[in-house]
Amino acid sequence: MNAKASILSADELRRALTRIAHEILERNKGAEGLALVGIHTRGIPLAARLAAKLHELEGVEIPLGRLDITLYRDDLSEIAHQPLIRETQLNFDMQGRRVILVDDVLYTGRTVRAALDALIDLGRPQSIQLAVLVDRGHRELPIRADYVGKNLPTSRSEVVKVKLEETDGLDAVELWELSS
Amino acid sequence: MSAQVVAEPRPRHLLDFQGWSEGRLNAILDNADTMLQVLDRPVKKVPALQGLTVCTAFFENSTRTRISFELAARRMSADVVSFAAGSSSLSKGESLRDTIETLTSYKVDAYVVRHPASGAAHQVARFSGKPTINAGDGRRAHPTQALLDAYTIRQEYGDLKGRRVAIIGDVRHSRVARSNAELLTRLGAEVVLCGPATLLPRELASLGATLTTDAQQAVKGAHAVMALRLQTERMDAGYLGSLQEYIRDYQVNERLMERAETGAIVLHPGPMNRDLEISADTADGPRSRVLKQVENGQAVRMSVLYHLLVGRG
Repeated sequence: MNAKASILSADELRRALTRIAHEILERNKGAEGLALVGIHTRGIPLAARLAAKLHELEGVEIPLGRLDITLYRDDLSEIAHQPLIRETQLNFDMQGRRVILVDDVLYTGRTVRAALDALIDLGRPQSIQLAVLVDRGHRELPIRADYVGKNLPTSRSEVVKVKLEETDGLDAVELWELSS
Repeated sequence: MSAQVVAEPRPRHLLDFQGWSEGRLNAILDNADTMLQVLDRPVKKVPALQGLTVCTAFFENSTRTRISFELAARRMSADVVSFAAGSSSLSKGESLRDTIETLTSYKVDAYVVRHPASGAAHQVARFSGKPTINAGDGRRAHPTQALLDAYTIRQEYGDLKGRRVAIIGDVRHSRVARSNAELLTRLGAEVVLCGPATLLPRELASLGATLTTDAQQAVKGAHAVMALRLQTERMDAGYLGSLQEYIRDYQVNERLMERAETGAIVLHPGPMNRDLEISADTADGPRSRVLKQVENGQAVRMSVLYHLLVGRG
């Protein structure tokens, strides 16, 4: 793979998350009754950062969860390798809450579909909203994000790499080209 | 706990532990944590094996193991077809090969096999060409029982390394003892096999276990003590002098457990003969993890099915 372009710097990434936090508050008329659930892997630190921003803005502690969707993927019979199962942890009752699902990149929509199935098996939230750092298009399912940090038209031969301090040691979003 | 990355090609079957690396065995135990979480949810089911059909082919009775496997497969959304030898065409003389080939023609994707003959699960794997799990074959192996035992001990102590496990009773005829000795030693535990000399074949030392006929010695310093079911039919074959002697020397009871580590747990693969190989108060007491083993069994079997079947394509 070859690096093609820098999409978001650390500052731009931080600003994008701040904007998403404001949009969440505006749309939900405050932070009451909200919960954030990050999808493994990079959705988890992104959800934690959003929770911290919302706390900073509203002074409200937002319940935070982590979701692994491996057992819900619809492509398990098509992939050669065996996905590893990671931890799902929701230490709050979803009943009646507005849950915001958080992921780094929205692409085909299959991960989000699996996450919706997984969440609904875990409880009955009042509603589920979706926040992503990057929407790169190419949807295969009728799914759209409610909050987007950066809309990025891509080709299928490109790869969007989100790097975060917590998982990669730095904050950046980069576009790479799959080598032919 | 999250599963480690297991990079090497995975085995096609779980017939015994040959070809199963320590990393993959630990990954099965790690993923069982997640499966236990699934069993605690309001919806105790995930779609991971949707579209696959698992056949539980039991040529020997075992309601508990069969139900455990069937529920495990259903919790993973597989379809399950059950086959019991007693009510099948085997009683009309059909061969094992014909039976398995017929079932495979019905598009069965995987087999779970219990059979009184050692090696029968290997034959099913060969005849069907499908992923096969050995649910106990003769005296040879019972790998998922060993995995659930290992998981139950690990759940208690966090790690198997450095733990001492005493397995007491009819070791000679026990596939559970064989599989446990092999697995637990590979995962770093010290295993002591103990029973009357007639029921303790010396060759089992090759599995890495220590052998002794002295139960007091076996239990000394143990973190877990497993009682094996006493098969009273062995009495007729002359393996045992008398039940009273056996109870006196080998019964797992509170007096014997005083020799073990403080807080040591007691395991039994079931079904139990209370007041024979294990005293009723120990079987039902605070040390007992027998019901935990049953609960863990379902989660461990879900994890085994996941490791064998998911992503096979």
